[in-house]
Amino acid sequence: MNAPSPYTLHHPKWYRRRVSVFWWLEKRSYTFFVLRELTSVFVALFAAVTLWQIRSVAAGEEAQARFMTQLGTPAFVVFHVLALAFLLFHSITWFNLAPKAMAVRVRGKRVPDLFVAGSNYVAWLVLSAAVAFILLGL
Amino acid sequence: MARPVTPLLWLLFSAGGTVAALLFPIHAFLFGLAFPLGWLEPPAHEPLLGLLRQPLTRLYLLVFICLPLFHWAHRFRYTLYDGLQLKHLFGLVAALCYGTALVLSAVAAYVLWGVS
Repeated sequence: MNAPSPYTLHHPKWYRRRVSVFWWLEKRSYTFFVLRELTSVFVALFAAVTLWQIRSVAAGEEAQARFMTQLGTPAFVVFHVLALAFLLFHSITWFNLAPKAMAVRVRGKRVPDLFVAGSNYVAWLVLSAAVAFILLGL
Repeated sequence: MARPVTPLLWLLFSAGGTVAALLFPIHAFLFGLAFPLGWLEPPAHEPLLGLLRQPLTRLYLLVFICLPLFHWAHRFRYTLYDGLQLKHLFGLVAALCYGTALVLSAVAAYVLWGVS
């Protein structure tokens, strides 16, 4: 008697059409999807740069000035232009998905998608203004 | 994979995505472009450190850094699975993604705790 085969997640013996690693370049909607997912890379990188900057500010005036000079180098400027483009792409796709992710109901009636997405955009505007107000008022 | 943590990971993904969507563009614009390129006057050291010393600022920055890192870990993990067809490296990819997020979060907590 054969031992029972162990449980496996996938079934490698089934016939499956070979798909190129670049499948997401075949159709515009696929490319859009993968680019949207890749915005997360810039989210992580920007979080890391911010952490690095906090360290420099905590380390003293000289360290902060050195970091600021570094941020002005072409490599960092190009990075931040790219990062800002991807971050805006993330924000817009995220807010537009919000009404699909949660169907808000008030008195049994579904709140229109436009209203849910709209309130996200308003929150975005208000928070951005608050951050700018605090930092520029220092 | 440990299934009971899946809802938690999804919650972190979702919360981190919202934090990043609401707050990252303005921070990237100011600190990444407007201040270094001289479009706007960057804050001086003393007031910026003063702001950083406040507990509320540090809590804000902890949330600002940690949640989006877990957002990245979750999203990037599935992008690797699908985009590069790495489904057979299930455990390794997950460990690398969440591991990086955990380590950087710990560093963030350490740095923010030590601000004086």
